Amino acid sequence: MKTTSPVTVLIAAIGATVITLAQNWKLAGFIFILIVGGLFPLMASGVFTFQITQLLIYAIAIAGLNLLTGFNGQFSLGHSAFYAIGAYVSAVLMTQLDMPFYLTIPIAAAVCFVFGFLFGLPALRLEGIYLALATFALAIATPQILKFKPIEHLTGGVQGLALFHLKPEAPFGLQLDQDQWTFYVTFAVTILMFFFAFSLVNSRSGRAMKAIRDNHIAAKVTGINLSLFKTLTFGVSALFTGVAGALSAMLIAFVAPDSFQITLAVAIFVGMVVGGVGWIPGAFLGALFILFVPNIAEHIAFGLAAFFDFVRKFIPFFPTIGEQSSKGLTGTVYGVFLILLIYVMPSGLAGLLRLAVQRLAQARS
Amino acid sequence: MTIKKYGIVSALALGFAVTMAGSAPAQTPGVTDKEIKIGNINPYSGPASAYGTIGKSIAAYFKMVNAEGGIHGRMVNFISYDDSYSPPKALEQTRKLVESDNVLLVFQPLGTPGNTAIQGYLNGKKVPQLFVATGATKWGDPKKFPWTMGWQPNYQSEGRIYADYILKNFPNAKIGVLYQNDDYGKDYVKGLKDGLGAKAKTMIVSEQPYEVADPTVDSQIIALKASGADVLFNATTPKFAAQSIKKMAEIGWKPAHFLNQVSNSVGGVLKPAGFENAEGIFSTGYLKDQNDPQWKDDAGMKKWFAFMDKYYPEGDKTSSFNVYGYTVAQNLHKVLLAAGKNLTREGVMKAAASMKDLELDLLLPGIKVNTSATDFYPIEQNQMMRFKGGRWEFFGPIISGEVRGS
Amino acid sequence: MEQVVQQIVGGLATGAIYACIALSIVMIYQAIDHLNFAQGEMAMFSTYIAWQLMHWGMPYWGAFFLTIAISFVLGYAIERIVFKPVHNAPVLSHIVIFIALFVIINSMAGFIWEFTIKPFPTPFGTKPVLGGGILSAHGAGMIAVTGIMLVMLYAFFRYTRVGLAMRAASANPDSARLVGIRVGFMNALGWGMAAAIGAVAGIMIAPVVFLEPNMMVTILLYGFAGAVVGGLTSPGGAVFGGFAVGVIENLASFVPQFGAEMKLTIALALIILVLTLKPNGLFGRKIVSRV
Repeated sequence: MKTTSPVTVLIAAIGATVITLAQNWKLAGFIFILIVGGLFPLMASGVFTFQITQLLIYAIAIAGLNLLTGFNGQFSLGHSAFYAIGAYVSAVLMTQLDMPFYLTIPIAAAVCFVFGFLFGLPALRLEGIYLALATFALAIATPQILKFKPIEHLTGGVQGLALFHLKPEAPFGLQLDQDQWTFYVTFAVTILMFFFAFSLVNSRSGRAMKAIRDNHIAAKVTGINLSLFKTLTFGVSALFTGVAGALSAMLIAFVAPDSFQITLAVAIFVGMVVGGVGWIPGAFLGALFILFVPNIAEHIAFGLAAFFDFVRKFIPFFPTIGEQSSKGLTGTVYGVFLILLIYVMPSGLAGLLRLAVQRLAQARS
Repeated sequence: MTIKKYGIVSALALGFAVTMAGSAPAQTPGVTDKEIKIGNINPYSGPASAYGTIGKSIAAYFKMVNAEGGIHGRMVNFISYDDSYSPPKALEQTRKLVESDNVLLVFQPLGTPGNTAIQGYLNGKKVPQLFVATGATKWGDPKKFPWTMGWQPNYQSEGRIYADYILKNFPNAKIGVLYQNDDYGKDYVKGLKDGLGAKAKTMIVSEQPYEVADPTVDSQIIALKASGADVLFNATTPKFAAQSIKKMAEIGWKPAHFLNQVSNSVGGVLKPAGFENAEGIFSTGYLKDQNDPQWKDDAGMKKWFAFMDKYYPEGDKTSSFNVYGYTVAQNLHKVLLAAGKNLTREGVMKAAASMKDLELDLLLPGIKVNTSATDFYPIEQNQMMRFKGGRWEFFGPIISGEVRGS
Repeated sequence: MEQVVQQIVGGLATGAIYACIALSIVMIYQAIDHLNFAQGEMAMFSTYIAWQLMHWGMPYWGAFFLTIAISFVLGYAIERIVFKPVHNAPVLSHIVIFIALFVIINSMAGFIWEFTIKPFPTPFGTKPVLGGGILSAHGAGMIAVTGIMLVMLYAFFRYTRVGLAMRAASANPDSARLVGIRVGFMNALGWGMAAAIGAVAGIMIAPVVFLEPNMMVTILLYGFAGAVVGGLTSPGGAVFGGFAVGVIENLASFVPQFGAEMKLTIALALIILVLTLKPNGLFGRKIVSRV
């Protein structure tokens, strides 16, 4: 079991000193994240490491969607398709070509970019709600496409592909178990992807993307090549989500058509809105929400049933939920949670923070 | 300002480090002097939520066990999580059960994809994956996966039983097949084809798949009728089975109808479809049908009705899922009793692999549970039955459809 | 050849289902300029209400009309209670609320009425109408009811003041307010009407597919497809689209090799194709926005 060894305490101490001496907040913040990420799997339980790895993966996927919808204004309810493509490309390469996992990630990224770009072409003609529907249709069709008979020998058909025996071991004889090593790889990829996202969003291209979202006619007038930018953005967005998918193939060690249902696309979308449309860091809060709130809802529903039973002791004709039936209420609790969240933060966490910053600025002046 | 920065950051880092400390595992996971923790995952939401009642009936069963004194003096803590029939979720919940809740074993996880996702993990961690809730034929492989065991008669063996019967009684039949385009449906079709052997190619005139996402199977039924088939093998889940029976009656198509076990529930399928429309359907069964008056005075059946009234009153008394849940829970109950007071995971697996002619309340007379170190298929027997006048009439001998996983 | 005809007729029967739902989708779109993802669940819930009323002894037509009235009120209430507070939230947040509604309604239906399928009666009987029983009396009745609703809707939007006000309110809320139209009330009214139409759709559909909480999920998708193919601004187009999707879905099974297994994909691919060629649907009007 993991213990807080002297080494980790030493690293924490050094890190804290470096942060203090750092000249700006951004660098300090970045080093802090590195330290936390470095120490985390050494001290957390296996399950928690697993869950946080999953969280990072969702965050990448949500960031990808945010690039497309939040920054470029193209609705997509179908990103589970790209997630699935990324996962399957990785899985197929590992099982068919015995390719080491690390190599499959860039290949999955490239393949998804191409698919995203190709889908972006007809998407050019579709506006708003029609595009949402087209992507929605894509996501619904994805499980069926994955079961396509002619490629069954590659994809494993309905049975999917089991990758448990192919999980990569920590190299150089490092004393890390699979949960920890998977986390580190994912953590590294996450840092890379978010660095990429931040650079993109703050670059000229990023400004062009946002211009297209805010007023595409004006954007066209200023000489921005609408078609090129929109399709490229689609490709990049798919690339991000595809990388997330590839990472998930390693984490779950199993891919099957049932793993990529429409609920995944909806979850990624919800995560984007909760985190804040058009705000990259919001992806982490969005991921936190979609990962943990359903579980919390399950517990709350159970607690509700217990509460009802408790009240029943005093009010005999108070309705009973029934311990077993409480399971059925999980969805209701989750939905109510979601609605309340939107009430409190109509523009997601980003909106809330923006408001807070505004208020602070007003208070200062 | 610098000191403040230092203080804040250090405090944060330390606080984080402290909260990250994981919990140490128990010595005998899931077992204390007072309780046994049993883990389970079930689809309580999502496309397969109709099966959620199985988890609920099992929970109710263990409530009953606790009320009657527990197992060797220990109370059962049955922990069940929802996986929405999604493999990644199934893995996450299973890891929670094993690593956070420290359960003794994972019992009756439901669904082939979910079980495939957790099989590698559970075997790696040496946690029993016991009595999985799926009839897929691949679960009885003790050499590769010594910690995984199925329970119900598998789909391929059932398909073979129908094939045998067709060859004997309808030798010149033209067979139409309606199947769900996934693991479950395809497993059934394989069993049927293997059972027909060389004649499969000539006898099967039409194969119509459908997706769970399809609203109806009406067009498939129309196509099957048009193919001229006079025998139908129906590998559909309850909703679609009911639709197919209804549509067949509507268009006046009356082939010899072989309906798979998963969807032969009187209350859940045949009543909504209409008893008159379901007249003459063949199927197989291994559990007593609670809607059948012949078991009215049967001791086991009376116990079940009393159980439902007391511990699961909101459950559907006409659904075979609740009979299934009760029976498989009873099987685990007996296994845990047999494993003795000194409960370990190995002990539980050994007890599960040593069942000899075990009888359970609601198994048909003559059907018994049998396992050994090389036989991880607990129930392999079925009896054929025919739907007549609102109930299932069993006929013929108890058939042993032994099929080893391919 | 005969098989093709059979499949087409069968496709029209299922297409009627999709057309019904497509109609209520377009209805809501006309009223609030949004697509409501919870539309199917609301229809399903209404159908359960009808079932419960009949279970308590009410005769079919009584339950039918009472359910429509109740659904209208519920739809109205949902708009006023759930959406009024977030009126000014961005579109994407609205979509999330639709998603939340979907989950809540689905979960509540399963909780109250369980997941076992329930048979639902039909007032039309099940006797076959066309040769070989491809189209049953109920199927024909369903098509007729859809047609009636379509005509009534058309008349409502074209010839009544309220209909005109509703169209104005959704097309340009600010200008509508300036001429004295109560936009909020119009929105809520639109929701109520959409809920009522959904209830009819659900009651028509349930006898065919059996009543259960998940019955509307894919029907909604096909309904969307039909509405989009036909054009979201055209109720007639939506109905046409619904029928078209039903027929295409069945004809897809004739594609050699893998047609039967890929029906869903083929239907959806065709929709995307239609949209690429005619972005506003076959009968939709092009919305021109001035800079």
